[in-house]
Amino acid sequence: MDDAASHSVTTTPEASEPKTLLQSVRALVPHSFATHRNPGTGLKPEWFEATQVNLSATERRAATMGTRRSVKKAYQAAWLVKAVTCIDLTTLAGDDTAGRVQRLAAKARRPIRDDLVEALGLADTPPTVGAVCVYPTMVGPAVKALRGSTIPVASVATGFPAGLTPLPQRLAEIRYAVDQGAGEIDIVITRSHALLGEWQALYDEVAAMREACGAAHLKAILGTGDLKTLRNVYKASMVAMQAGADFIKTSTGKEDVNATLPVSLTMIRALRDYGDLTGEKVGFKPAGGLKTAKDALTWLILMKEELGHPWLQPDLFRIGASSMLADIERQIEHYVTGHYASASHHAMA
Amino acid sequence: MPQVSTPSVKEILETMEYGPAPEAADIVRDWLAGHAGGFGHFIDGVFEPTPDGRTFTVDDPATGAPLAEVVQGSAADVGRAVEAARAALAGWSAMPGHVRARYLYALARQIQKRERFFSVLESLDNGKPIRESRDIDIPLVARHFYHHAGWAELIESEFPGHGPVGVCGQIIPWNFPLLMLAWKIAPALAAGNTVVLKPAEFTPLTALAFAEICREVGLPKGVVNIVCGDGATGAALVAHPGVDKVAFTGSTEVGRTIREQTAGSGKKLSLELGGKSPFIVFDDADLDGAVEGVVDAIWFNGGQVCCAGSRVLVQEGAADRFYAKLKRRMASLRMGDPLDKSVDVGAIVAPVQLQRIRDLVAKGEAEGATLFQAGGAVPDKGCFFPPTLFTDVAPASTIAEVEIFGPVAVAMTFRTPDEAIQLANNTRYGLAASIWSENINLALDVAAKVKAGVVWINSTNLFDAAAGFGGYRESGFGREGGREGLAEYLVADWAKNLPSNGEADTQKLSALPAEAEAVEAGAGMPGIDRTAKLYVGGKQVRPDSGYSYTVRNPSTGAPVGQAGLGSRKDIRNAVEAASKAGGWSAATAHNRAQVLYYVAENLSARSEEFEARLVRTAGSSAEAARREVAVAVGRIFFYAAWADKYDGRVHQTRSRFVTLAMNEPFGVMGLVCPDEAPLLGMVSLLMPSIAMGNCAVVVPSTTSPLVATDFYQVLDTSDVPEGVVNIVTGDRDTLAKVLAEHHEVAALWYMGGAPGSAMVEKASASNLKATWVGDGRRRDWLANPEGQGTDYLRRATQIKNIWVPYGE
Repeated sequence: MDDAASHSVTTTPEASEPKTLLQSVRALVPHSFATHRNPGTGLKPEWFEATQVNLSATERRAATMGTRRSVKKAYQAAWLVKAVTCIDLTTLAGDDTAGRVQRLAAKARRPIRDDLVEALGLADTPPTVGAVCVYPTMVGPAVKALRGSTIPVASVATGFPAGLTPLPQRLAEIRYAVDQGAGEIDIVITRSHALLGEWQALYDEVAAMREACGAAHLKAILGTGDLKTLRNVYKASMVAMQAGADFIKTSTGKEDVNATLPVSLTMIRALRDYGDLTGEKVGFKPAGGLKTAKDALTWLILMKEELGHPWLQPDLFRIGASSMLADIERQIEHYVTGHYASASHHAMA
Repeated sequence: MPQVSTPSVKEILETMEYGPAPEAADIVRDWLAGHAGGFGHFIDGVFEPTPDGRTFTVDDPATGAPLAEVVQGSAADVGRAVEAARAALAGWSAMPGHVRARYLYALARQIQKRERFFSVLESLDNGKPIRESRDIDIPLVARHFYHHAGWAELIESEFPGHGPVGVCGQIIPWNFPLLMLAWKIAPALAAGNTVVLKPAEFTPLTALAFAEICREVGLPKGVVNIVCGDGATGAALVAHPGVDKVAFTGSTEVGRTIREQTAGSGKKLSLELGGKSPFIVFDDADLDGAVEGVVDAIWFNGGQVCCAGSRVLVQEGAADRFYAKLKRRMASLRMGDPLDKSVDVGAIVAPVQLQRIRDLVAKGEAEGATLFQAGGAVPDKGCFFPPTLFTDVAPASTIAEVEIFGPVAVAMTFRTPDEAIQLANNTRYGLAASIWSENINLALDVAAKVKAGVVWINSTNLFDAAAGFGGYRESGFGREGGREGLAEYLVADWAKNLPSNGEADTQKLSALPAEAEAVEAGAGMPGIDRTAKLYVGGKQVRPDSGYSYTVRNPSTGAPVGQAGLGSRKDIRNAVEAASKAGGWSAATAHNRAQVLYYVAENLSARSEEFEARLVRTAGSSAEAARREVAVAVGRIFFYAAWADKYDGRVHQTRSRFVTLAMNEPFGVMGLVCPDEAPLLGMVSLLMPSIAMGNCAVVVPSTTSPLVATDFYQVLDTSDVPEGVVNIVTGDRDTLAKVLAEHHEVAALWYMGGAPGSAMVEKASASNLKATWVGDGRRRDWLANPEGQGTDYLRRATQIKNIWVPYGE
């Protein structure tokens, strides 16, 4: 581990590279955010073109993620609270309204019932979710509803979910959402670039989006259900990070297959390799298909096992979910009271 | 252990530790408390009382705390168990397969219903993590009984002409106690055998719990008997004359002893022994996947796995990256209480094993290898050894050669695929191999060339009841699992009750001049002397000794010529020639078939000459000689026909896996021919051997060798490549012993007398070659399937199971 870390410090992008406009702009942006951002690198195909991902081997490791580790009792309760703080509480539906977003924001502020927070001994530091995630036109209402809290608003953008809107419109959409107050932008990549191996095009696209984000963090949704192969997932992950993504995210939640453990493991390994090569920490966000408290624990275990403690914090780990919170809250009540809980006893989002 | 109070939720939120996650053991502890008086043997359906003063203590290796007292089996105990098994045999084997299937099905079901009980008990007794016993061992146990319930159902239709071997004495190791029991008992019972099983003295408890299950499902008494004890008990079982088959899994050292002890007993034997299996990582592999492979290869069950991928071979260009990833991964392995659900590495089974590991690791360091341990917590009591990686290991290092049987991987680099194969095969063992590459051409090429009974491509330590498991070389012989495993518990009807061939010691050969040879009728002047030589590497050569012996007609006693008196050195030369003829196995089966057909063609063309030779030198009647030659020609056709049709199989194991069971030649085979039917006997052994791609060293009939030496002229004219067949005449048992002791000879067939059979089996222990001996029984070489059939092909091949995953 030490070897890898010391090795990585020396391999930041070469200073001799011509500075792009993007990099010049970045140099001007003050580090006003609490978290360090991934500056990206030039496109380096040699970092991913020879990389192999074996499906069966990946599946075997993924399958034991939830069986090699187990957290019980107080530990389980704490881990579930941790999961709550990493949730991007999400609504991405055609029928979203300001009222619906307001309700979501209220739940985001108080994701766990007060008496349970009290019983957990967390009354002085009550947990909130990691962010609230909405469509661009809902950013305004969300920001308003979350005023006074530290919860950021994340907005999907760039022609979510398919990402096939013309690039200028997609960039404009990012700027709109940032202008509305979004602190995080969940962009979608053009899947055809990855499917056709057009890595330069993919790099340029994500880099341009990164630039459009300004100070907002960029989370790159790879649409892994569309990419199909784990090799594609690895390569797209690496290109997105080279282009400056702060997070890489599995899915829109709208593909046939969303976040799976093998896909997540592959992205995490890419992220770790990128860290070894650059010294940068990039965040990870599985989204879609994570519904239960058990899912939350499994993915936390995945992060801890493969990446370590820093990736158990919301600045480097998010879970894109809508229904998961309700199950977690029920499990926490069970821990506190010893009784199995009814969903009707918990405030809905 | 110091009592630590649980931290608060707030504190855990900071540390994000896993915390303890103990599997409850109350029910198992209650069961143990119920047996506080000690465990007796399970014989004839009854748990025997525990005699005072004849018990040993079974410990929990994680704490050193005693778990139970178990009886130490005596020879008399073994005798009672064998008698019970013998008494049960007739009834059990006579049952329709369907009835046996019902019992095996019930055992499978009952194990499933008690799966957590068995898992907890196994982890307590052996020290393996509950994750492994719960997710791997016990499910595989149930799977094994299900699978063999199926075989019991199908055995009559799938194995016609075969029956059970009889009473099986089975000795199992401590690393997978219940799984090894299942591997032994399920096929034995399916095939209609009865068993006496001795579990390892460190880990007898799940076997005793299994005995309770046998009782619970109403298995007829005596079908399964469990006798506890140590090596002495095992030796008594091996030695018991009432045992028809011995099946052993354990160390190569003990396996060798068992081979020696059972030599000449006529007992069927299968050995599943040690290994030092290569784990080969090419630079085009999924390196992260391969890192997890190493975890599953050598830190699974604390490395106490016979097929552990303990020799990591990494392509030099990828080695630094691979080692870095591996070392990082080692840091997240958790060692500790086997019953904790978050533990990866449990306890070493016993203090003596721990000491052995420590000694070998110290030796590795002393020899200059670089040791790495990630520095995780090691429990302060109990038998624990941390996951360890040695780099800078040379093939000559002790730790690269010796099976450590602990969580210790030794790593070295290679430059090319050829070098990888050389390093992989640079071992006396041949149990398993794991190959990591995304290039299917490369992976399959290495899979074909590596000398191992089980090959996993881009995977490791996968097991399934439908696949065969077992080794090449000194990793043993015989297979467990699948169709090939079942065959070990069956015997062909023709092979039972063969008459004695009456052979004791062979006659003393005379190298001195003899009286005048009988003159052939009608010859007006002296015949031209014929000199029969040895045939080595495609050339006729004189015996190294410079002596010849007089060959006499067995019927008349009259001298009929001379044959070379072959010696050790001639065998040495012949084996060397054979081992250089490896191109024969690489040739297409069609090619080999063509050569065999050509041999038949040329023998047929000279049939009158061979008939006359048989009449003159072997004392055959004209009619018998005619028949022998005709059958020999037909037999060569038969094996030529089989050459390209003795297919392997694809086993149904896991989804998205092709598990290939390939029939591979042994390499160099020794063939010691019977005295009777001197031409046909030799043809019957030689043709199946070379049809399958082996190269042979033939010791023909000592009394009638001259048809064999004539036969090399047929070989010479039939495009048989040099070295594929080598013929050394001389004293049969002298030459057989040299072959049996030769480490380059991988398999040996001996069709002489009973004393010679015993000698061959005993001598074969030195490299644990596969043997097939006649035990002094006479086969009717003219008849099928005694003289010809697929049994010969099965004995001329060893099965390699190659697991090939697919999916993108």
